[in-house]
Amino acid sequence: MSTELKLVVDRIKCDGRGLCAELLPELIRLDDWGYPILAPGPIPEHLRALAQRAVEDCPVLAIALRRAERKQ
Amino acid sequence: MRLLEGPEVGAGAESYADHVRRLGGVPDLGPGLIGTLQRSGLAGRGGAAFPTAVKWQAVAERSRGQAVVVVNGAEGEPRSQKDRLLMSARPHLVLDGAFIAARVLRARRVIVYIGERHQSARAAMLRAVAERPDPERGLVTFSAAPARYVAGAEAAAIHFLNEGVATPTTVPPYPFERGVGGAPTLVQNVETLAHVASLARPGGAASTLLLTLAGGVATAGVLEVEAGVTIGEAMRRAGGVTESPRAVLVGGYFGSWVEPERAWLLAIDHESLRRHGLGLGCGVIGLLPASRCPVCETAGIMRYLASESSAQCGPCFFGLRALADACTRISEGSSDGHDLQRLQRWAAEVAGRGSCRHPDGAVMFLASSLDVFAREFAHHTAHNLRRSA
Ligand SMILES: Cc1cc2nc3c(=O)[nH]c(=O)nc-3n(C[C@H](O)[C@H](O)[C@H](O)COP(=O)(O)O)c2cc1C
Ligand code: SF4
Ligand code: SF4
Repeated sequence: MSTELKLVVDRIKCDGRGLCAELLPELIRLDDWGYPILAPGPIPEHLRALAQRAVEDCPVLAIALRRAERKQ
Repeated sequence: MRLLEGPEVGAGAESYADHVRRLGGVPDLGPGLIGTLQRSGLAGRGGAAFPTAVKWQAVAERSRGQAVVVVNGAEGEPRSQKDRLLMSARPHLVLDGAFIAARVLRARRVIVYIGERHQSARAAMLRAVAERPDPERGLVTFSAAPARYVAGAEAAAIHFLNEGVATPTTVPPYPFERGVGGAPTLVQNVETLAHVASLARPGGAASTLLLTLAGGVATAGVLEVEAGVTIGEAMRRAGGVTESPRAVLVGGYFGSWVEPERAWLLAIDHESLRRHGLGLGCGVIGLLPASRCPVCETAGIMRYLASESSAQCGPCFFGLRALADACTRISEGSSDGHDLQRLQRWAAEVAGRGSCRHPDGAVMFLASSLDVFAREFAHHTAHNLRRSA
């Protein structure tokens, strides 16, 4: 089984500057207050590198990549 | 067994001696109790209806004698009274459940976390603990939950017990992984624990639910019903409605409005409500009298829920405030005509985007308002437009 990845945002850390949406508009848009809304489902193969950048470039390290299965 | 059987509930707390005479002491338990919980289908009564056995298993696996049991008596939902009543009238049933959890999970501590305004419940629980023999008594400490809606959320309780701040934290780590003092922690509602105490006894079954009936009903307050009883039957047992209702709020502020004709027929148990896309939440069933304005009522509750956001997550803090403001504009007749569409869109966008489920509960409630009170919202909006024209 290939590992599917998804983006998760730590909602408490995120301060809504929206850098992630600029980097990855295919998967992230901003709500009316500037906070990210993530597209559902796993990250398509061809966007993985950009997703990794979004993770690294978030100024408060609020975004992470997770395996796409859920616990509890 | 009913939780509230035995002496008159209004007579105050049942003493330990009376409790033991009536029900026997905490029974000897084999390791099979988690299996018993699982077979009983017991689900949490604090709001989320999460399977109790799953939580216990997760803590048991990690405990190594270090686990902590948090008895959740915060009861932050404004209309709910059942947790307070249970602690005030049957404190030993709650404590039995907590001590059973401590034994099965090999816990080191039991922390009783009670809403700071629930003073008689706290007094009853303090007296009850003092009546218990050691080593049980020595396990217990008390903590007063701040009187905020989110203080009763699992992660907020743990944050408060660790650092004195009753706001939710980011999960994972989940409480069963890292809770009070970093130890695997079980946070369990007081009613759930009372059902455990009943289940653990021979022939016991968790077959009842505690409800709080509110609004236009003859005997408002706590009612214990067998699972599967309809809402209509529960209302009859409470003396019937005093005013014809416009809608029934099933599940409190994190619940949903339902048209009365549909509500009366609903069976009260987690499974059948779930099949209807509903939940029992913390067990509040509220009637909205037809004489009240549903839009104003919705706006009031949304303002309350917005003000109870712990203001840590943008979508919850800004989103709920914007939703409450839009509802208020519609109810007061100052909307620009786009607020109804904004409400629909924002409600869908805010869901699932907080660290805890506070915004999810609020928008679920709002979505049911927009659905059940579509006529009234449309009427208010049309009125707004006429005024602004
Ligand atoms: C905003 C919020 C407030 C909550 N308040 C309470 C509360 O006051 N009392 C309670 O028992 N559970 C409350 N809960 C549910 C708890 O997080 C938790 O699920 C529960 O205490 C677990 O016990 P249970 O499985 O026995 O229900 C709340 C949850 C949320 C999201
Ligand atoms: S870049 Fe980071 S802080 Fe900014 S909106 Fe995205 S997740 Fe939030
Ligand atoms: S979702 Fe709302 S209530 Fe929950 S932690 Fe975030 S800001 Fe606080």
